[in-house]
Amino acid sequence: MSIMKRSFAAFVGLLSLLTIAACSDTSNTVKIAFIGPLTGGTSAGGLGGRNSAELAIRMRNAQASTTHQYELVALDDECKPNVGVQVATKAAADNTVIGGVTHYCSAVAMGTVDIYHKFGLPVVVWGAVLPDITYGNDYPEIHRVNGTMINQNEVAASFMVSKGFSTWAVIHDTTDYGKGHNTYFSKSLIENGGSILGTFGVNADQQDFTAELTKIKALNPDVIYFGGLVPTGVRIRAQMSKLGMTQVFQGTSGIVSDAFIEGTGDLAEGVVAFREGAPTEKLPGGKMFLENYQAANFNEPPEAYGAFSFAATNLIIDAIEKVGPDRLAVMQELNNTRDHDSIVGAVTFDEHGQNTIALITKYVIQDGAWTVWEDSDYASGQRVLD
Amino acid sequence: MDIGFLGQYLINGLVQGVTYSLVAVGFTLFFGVLDVIKFSHGDVLMLGAFTGLTIYLGLDPLSLPPSITLCIILIASILSMGFVGALLCKFLVLPLKSAPPLNTLLITLMFGTVIRESVRLFFPNGSNPKPFPELLPTNAINLGNLNLRVDSVLIILFAVVAIVLTHFIINKTRTGLAIRAVAQDEETARLMGIDFKKTVLITFALGSGLAALSGVSTGLYYQEINFGMGLMLGVIGFSAAVLGGLGSVYGAIVGGLIFAALQTIGAIWFSVPAYKDVFAFAVVIMLMAWRPTGLLADRTSERV
Repeated sequence: MSIMKRSFAAFVGLLSLLTIAACSDTSNTVKIAFIGPLTGGTSAGGLGGRNSAELAIRMRNAQASTTHQYELVALDDECKPNVGVQVATKAAADNTVIGGVTHYCSAVAMGTVDIYHKFGLPVVVWGAVLPDITYGNDYPEIHRVNGTMINQNEVAASFMVSKGFSTWAVIHDTTDYGKGHNTYFSKSLIENGGSILGTFGVNADQQDFTAELTKIKALNPDVIYFGGLVPTGVRIRAQMSKLGMTQVFQGTSGIVSDAFIEGTGDLAEGVVAFREGAPTEKLPGGKMFLENYQAANFNEPPEAYGAFSFAATNLIIDAIEKVGPDRLAVMQELNNTRDHDSIVGAVTFDEHGQNTIALITKYVIQDGAWTVWEDSDYASGQRVLD
Repeated sequence: MDIGFLGQYLINGLVQGVTYSLVAVGFTLFFGVLDVIKFSHGDVLMLGAFTGLTIYLGLDPLSLPPSITLCIILIASILSMGFVGALLCKFLVLPLKSAPPLNTLLITLMFGTVIRESVRLFFPNGSNPKPFPELLPTNAINLGNLNLRVDSVLIILFAVVAIVLTHFIINKTRTGLAIRAVAQDEETARLMGIDFKKTVLITFALGSGLAALSGVSTGLYYQEINFGMGLMLGVIGFSAAVLGGLGSVYGAIVGGLIFAALQTIGAIWFSVPAYKDVFAFAVVIMLMAWRPTGLLADRTSERV
């Protein structure tokens, strides 16, 4: 009997020790949520973003000067607003989550900003480019490190007009993202003297575009502008060739991904697109980021927005380090961000939490790679966009 | 309108139309023999396409000529989906034969979800769209504004051959005679010595094989397949079968072609082509109100 009692006492003692250990462990660990598309057609960008956020956390945890240990909670929004709302609620309702690095897809971000506001969770958007995410509300919780599609489309329109093109057909998906691109591009294009022969809103998950493209073929524009994401873009570019169409295919930041080149193969040559910021290796901290990313042996490349995800995660960690793991204090600290050093350049949030950088880079696909326009054979005149 | 563009719309519409028809013929066959609606049909189509892709990836190291690879893919995926269809019928549909039809509808709907989610979860990276190999020649003939590609013509040809073959099996063979007898009157057919179970299983295998063909040809045409491709094709195929008249093979073919035509007209007509599906389904609703039993209803089939 006494043996039983003693072992029971020992067991209870062990259990309480474990509990204390567990508690003390959690009190030091601060959770940060990452939300992006980890599965589905746009998952390449999402996985690159997730890995970059993970990298930021690992690097910070390895530093001796860090007061807290950080943990990334990665959630999959599948680039679908309904799924995004669920996972955003899950993250925001978890009190141990202090900040969020959220959303690659604009349509999802538009659906979730209200949730972050309601639960008071400070978030930094790392990829979605629709202006309304920051400018369409007065929520102090919402910030964004990357630029918006307004600047992107201004540069796109003036650049293409300067290359001698004059007529466009616009295809856009009917999500907030595609509609936004259509609005801002059309506005800038007309200001620059280009003309739009036809505008076609399509479903983002539509498979067949031959009817729309035949209609465009009859209009015979110089350029086909596409406002949407990779899967739809791949289908449209592939089906253009089925109809024997040789127009220039002009995309947006939503197709600047290796997945677009994989999906279109040889047809990718000469596709142009525009994106905020600069190529990762040309960013102020790009080289350091890529070296560390390489060393961390992730299975997927960082993709175009990885550096922004890394910068967003670091912004949140910096704020927590300064004011402690408290949502309200972190939010106020983020709102006061002025000339904050980051790998994507100095970050300054305006009154809407929008980073005020307006650097846009022009890209063209050359020999199966996204190439900065100025470095390409197209700029030097060795090849021409037809 | 320019005749070349008109031809282009026609070819685009035809490729879609024959794909819908193949799916619709399956629905109509199942309804004909058993008076059931098998809602997993679209997902069997998707599974057929993924089977084709898997076989292609397996054959890739052998570097066979594309025509032989294509034949192997087509035959293997048609046969394996025929087998899946027969199994599904044996274990899920036939045991529920005397239960209310709603139960069959539900159980096949759920089985379809199982197939879809399994492909999504267990196929490597299954939730992403998969590039499908370009196995058909891509040469094109330019006739004015009409860009006629050999692959589009071949896909239409495959479907026409499959439909003619199905027609032949049903109308000119003993098996077909048994299928028609069972469709007309199950009890009398049994009395005449027809193996009811075998006939039903063959019908399900036939319908599912057609679904596999349309799955693979969808992959060949768009060069891409995804786990959700069967959803919309299933709904459209079912609507086409109902529009033509459930139980009638000709009705299914006509229904499929009409649906594709409506989508094409919708895309041309509306400035926002995304409305084309709304337009097509709305017209189908109106046609159904006008002809509740379908355009070419089989006179002998029983209505419920």
